[in-house]
Amino acid sequence: MIARSDVQKVAALARLELSEDQLERMTTELGAILEHIATLSELRTDHIGPTSQVLDLHNVLREDSERPSLPVEAVLANAPDREEDYFRVRAILE
Amino acid sequence: MTLHTLTIHEAGDLLRSRDISAVELTTAVLDRMSVVDDLVRAYITRLEDRAIAMAEEADRRLAAGDDGPLVGIPIALKDVLCLAGEPTTAASRILEHFVPPYSATVVKRLEAAGAVFVGKTNLDEFAMGSSTEHSAFFPTHNPWNLDMVPGGSSGGSAAAVAADMALASLGSDTGGSIRQPASLCGVVGFKPSYGRVSRYGLLAFASSLDQIGPFTKDVTDCAIMLQALAGHDPMDSTTARVPVPNYAEALQGDLRGVRLGVPKEYFVEGLQPGMEDMVRGAIAALRDLGAEIVDVSLPSTRYALATYYIIAPAEASANLARYDGIKYGYSAGVPSMWENYNLTRGAGFGDEVKRRIMIGTYALSEGYADQYYRQAQKARTIIKAEFDEVFRTCDALVSPVSPIVAFPLGQKLSDPYQMYLCDICTLPANIAGVAGVSVPCGMLEGLPVGLQVQAPAFSESVALRVAYAFEQSGHFVAPAKPELVASLAEG
Repeated sequence: MIARSDVQKVAALARLELSEDQLERMTTELGAILEHIATLSELRTDHIGPTSQVLDLHNVLREDSERPSLPVEAVLANAPDREEDYFRVRAILE
Repeated sequence: MTLHTLTIHEAGDLLRSRDISAVELTTAVLDRMSVVDDLVRAYITRLEDRAIAMAEEADRRLAAGDDGPLVGIPIALKDVLCLAGEPTTAASRILEHFVPPYSATVVKRLEAAGAVFVGKTNLDEFAMGSSTEHSAFFPTHNPWNLDMVPGGSSGGSAAAVAADMALASLGSDTGGSIRQPASLCGVVGFKPSYGRVSRYGLLAFASSLDQIGPFTKDVTDCAIMLQALAGHDPMDSTTARVPVPNYAEALQGDLRGVRLGVPKEYFVEGLQPGMEDMVRGAIAALRDLGAEIVDVSLPSTRYALATYYIIAPAEASANLARYDGIKYGYSAGVPSMWENYNLTRGAGFGDEVKRRIMIGTYALSEGYADQYYRQAQKARTIIKAEFDEVFRTCDALVSPVSPIVAFPLGQKLSDPYQMYLCDICTLPANIAGVAGVSVPCGMLEGLPVGLQVQAPAFSESVALRVAYAFEQSGHFVAPAKPELVASLAEG
């Protein structure tokens, strides 16, 4: 079960606009899914460490040497809004 | 000669002996696509002009004596793999018009090997699904029965190969998205070990689970494809520096000295009637080939679904945060910054994608992260440890791939959780990072059934060996495929 207000909060965090109808459906669907997922709490994990990645790789780095990068035109080719060599974005602070 | 029905190795022989040209082969495949894809709908983008140009280049290489196994071979790419200069949509409205400025490493490797790209295939949006019905554009139909789903999320790639609209294809597998559609479409589908194949240029879903792999018509072709794809990539820091063996050496034909574990937890109650008998029959055939068969247990298998449906959505919520209408993709075009974020993503993403982003965001949020995300990461430790333990006494595991055969379009859309259950046998391999392959092993109610072989990380050769021996044993000979062209004539 998940409260409708929680669904709204999560949607805001995820930057997803949901209609009233979608909010209603999402509350029901997420509630059902979370109920199934909650069974994971049955697993005893007190002395178990978390695994974030199955390979034993740490701090994979490379030499800080210059290499050709993508040309600016290629990078801007898909821009919904561009100005000269910039992505044009909306004001963050009014 | 029906060139489109050839395998990679058969076509390769004919190309190298110059009995056929790459242009002839590609033309045959494109003709097949034009006749059949209006029914199957495996392709989002057909690459006719590029394919012919690539085929002409392949013919030049062949004339110059290039004997590489993939020169001139028509291959399809799941539309979640970047191909520079062509649309790569992830089957999503949010990337409907996105044209990547670079190609994925796997795409570049196939190109360097002389392959020909015939199209970008359909998928569940952002690889989230098990039926390809969550594509924002249209569903794909199973070539064995057009009323049925091909499986997912790589349904288009599986269907393209099953319907001879490509000699091979690439898919991606995060929770089963190569193996399950391979099983449902009667083709070979391989998920390499995590870190075996570069993910650079794969539109990321869950970065600790995603792997790219091939769909092929037989295991010999699978080995050829894996050889071209596998290996460390400086562009993907999660690729392992483990040498790539010669996979062709795994194609031996017998299984003497091989110990195969049968994990009892995979033979769940929800298996379709007839499925268990069929898979156990296939396992008996493996015994006849000389393998020792032992019962094993992976006790935490039943927690794999919950573990996956916390970790994958959590990682997806982070990976899909980049789709914000600023640098690429759909933008709602309203003047306010945050309103534009919300409307762009609200309109650009489909329902399943939104559900998963929501679950992931919730599982990572303050107050819930310990209970969900951290618990799931610990469950992952347990699940992986059980695989490590079982592989101390077995060379590989054999089991079903999917609890059911292909189901009718629309059947599982009303309850998301029902769709998630399709992957209970495939999820564990992604969680543990082991290799897994689906090889056709029978037909139930006229629909294909796959046998799953799971091998320890970086032991793709073992999985190939078991799959090849089974395929060559003759235990299962696939029936003739449905005459899709005839149904066009009737319709």
